[in-house]
Amino acid sequence: MHSPMRTPLGRVRGLGSARSGTEHFFVQRLTAIGTLILAVIFLCIVISLLGESYNTVHATLANPLVAVVILLMLLSITVHMRIGMQVVIEDYLHNEGVKVLAIIANTFFTTVIGLAGAFAVLKISMGG
Amino acid sequence: MVELSLPKNSQISTGKTWPKPQGASKVTEFKIYRWNPDDGKTPSIDTYYVDRENCGPMVLDGLIYIKNHIDPTLTFRRSCREGVCGSCAMNIGGTNTLACTKGMDEVLVKGTVNVYPLPHMEVVKDLVPDLTRFYAQHASIEPWLQTDTTAPEKEWRQSKEDRERLDGLYECILCACCSTSCPSYWWNGDRYLGPAALLQANRWLKDSRDERTGQRLDNLEDPFRLYRCHTIMNCAQACPKSLNPAKAIAEIKKMMVERQI
Repeated sequence: MHSPMRTPLGRVRGLGSARSGTEHFFVQRLTAIGTLILAVIFLCIVISLLGESYNTVHATLANPLVAVVILLMLLSITVHMRIGMQVVIEDYLHNEGVKVLAIIANTFFTTVIGLAGAFAVLKISMGG
Repeated sequence: MVELSLPKNSQISTGKTWPKPQGASKVTEFKIYRWNPDDGKTPSIDTYYVDRENCGPMVLDGLIYIKNHIDPTLTFRRSCREGVCGSCAMNIGGTNTLACTKGMDEVLVKGTVNVYPLPHMEVVKDLVPDLTRFYAQHASIEPWLQTDTTAPEKEWRQSKEDRERLDGLYECILCACCSTSCPSYWWNGDRYLGPAALLQANRWLKDSRDERTGQRLDNLEDPFRLYRCHTIMNCAQACPKSLNPAKAIAEIKKMMVERQI
């Protein structure tokens, strides 16, 4: 693809349009709004629990409404984080192999973070 | 990885300081990027002094004065000298702009006019960048009216309101000031089309007479071609015609979402 004999137009057209990107663009904005709302609620919960005993905090986090807010926030943040980091990787890593590895690692990392967080919330919520 | 320092053969050395014009009472200092592909040397910054009493007020006037009176080897593009052709786009006082419409006194940094070629493009010589890929990117968006309906006997009709939707788009002179000011274009110019080509793409997407809007959007819907724009806005700041390529790109993204939901 990087043949010096290739015409400039051939090089610009390259492999053609990927016909994607809009979903990432839309989801990134959607999760930004979602995170903003959920993080505010989450902060209110945290502030309301300042100085409270372990048992009170545990009982509050076990409340289904609170647990759902935290789970949604985790989903919103990790999806946003994954797309955002992927854009940074695509911007700055120009070695194709390293880029693909970094995108895989990014996906694994955000999935693990999200699931570990969700597991912790569910464990508290389900009486762990 | 992104290169944060210049490769050795691009590192700039101090160049020649040319003598001040004799008998001149008011001079302006010019520091100009020089590079000659034939002498094997690294780029340098030459210093010139322009006699303001025998020279027009614009940066281009200064460059022409230098070429005519001091150093005929100084190489730059110019043509219309009134901001219509886009030939004399260069980096002046740290901003991409047209030498012909920028006054010397507007860009002085500690009394000096600093002139470099457009950033992050291969240099052909001195202030002349290689715009081959930039023009190919413009060609790739197919900047002409595309229709399937049989052409009418006279012109394709368009309402006044529809014509007005092209304002702020058709005025682009393809000087490349915007694209070469965009960091995203610097890092990914091989796959990102850049603000100039995308502003032109929007010009044809917005044209009520065009019948290939969908195909045009298909060709742009790509994580690199379109979505490398991160709304940095350098393009809008640099544009010597006061256009807003960032807004044009946002409008394309809006169309992309619109056709999906």
